[in-house]
Amino acid sequence: MERAAEIELARRLLEGKPEAFDRFVEHFRAKVFHYSQLMCGHREDAEEVVQETLLKVFENFGQLPEPEHVRAWVFGIAKNACLIKRRKSIYAPPQEISLDELMPARGTSGDRMKIEIADWSGIPEDEVLRSELQHILKDTIADMPEIYRSVMLLRDVEELSTEETAHVLDVNVDAVKTRLHRGRLLARKKLDSYLRANSPAVETN
Amino acid sequence: MASHQHDESCKKMFALLSEYLDLELPAESCKVMDAHIVGCEPCAAFTENLRKTIELCREYRPKELPGPIAWDARQKLFEAYQKMLAGRRA
Repeated sequence: MERAAEIELARRLLEGKPEAFDRFVEHFRAKVFHYSQLMCGHREDAEEVVQETLLKVFENFGQLPEPEHVRAWVFGIAKNACLIKRRKSIYAPPQEISLDELMPARGTSGDRMKIEIADWSGIPEDEVLRSELQHILKDTIADMPEIYRSVMLLRDVEELSTEETAHVLDVNVDAVKTRLHRGRLLARKKLDSYLRANSPAVETN
Repeated sequence: MASHQHDESCKKMFALLSEYLDLELPAESCKVMDAHIVGCEPCAAFTENLRKTIELCREYRPKELPGPIAWDARQKLFEAYQKMLAGRRA
């Protein structure tokens, strides 16, 4: 569903038009389920987070600041529901990863830096490869430290803005940018390792 | 000396790549990055890698969906919605 359609559903619900209810529930159940599954790591927890989130959403729907921000608002509630679930499970301390660890393997050749990266040029056309890479991407996001995972899911999967993400996670905009960059670099590194294992590496000078 | 400078500018570039791709950099820094990428093949290839990573993320649609909502769970949500509406009208 397009973002505009989602905003329209929220607007209709606020106006008291219940015919938008089931479509809204169906749409956000899938979205919040996916998010919580990657955040909590368990299907059972995710199912519970979905119901708890939607219950809070409808109880407080009148407090939605503007229909335009419905996605960020729903994910703010989902994030809190996930935090409560996580406290009940294993506590994972935040881990910062340095940028140096995420740079591609490199060396110098004469006066120039050289890096080794796989050949990514086949990706746009190859549907099977795209789907495989997306599967790896999902696993990579699920396994990355939570501070990066939470930002990647909101910024790159749910496409919230930097400001909306900062608001949902209750951190400043610079922290969102730093974490997003590291999360993306981690994801790129994993995809590159996969491609390198499955195709000859290209050396770029 | 030249190679050292080259390496340093690549590192600066590397740190700002996401902001560059998200068009969140000031115009001046953006121009510096554009100029660097044009003249630096490794950075150009790396930028393209990161752009594709983001693209794959945005396209990703989960195959696994939650099971259909149970009647009583749906009813509970609908009641919460109606209660909220009644509260607003009061």
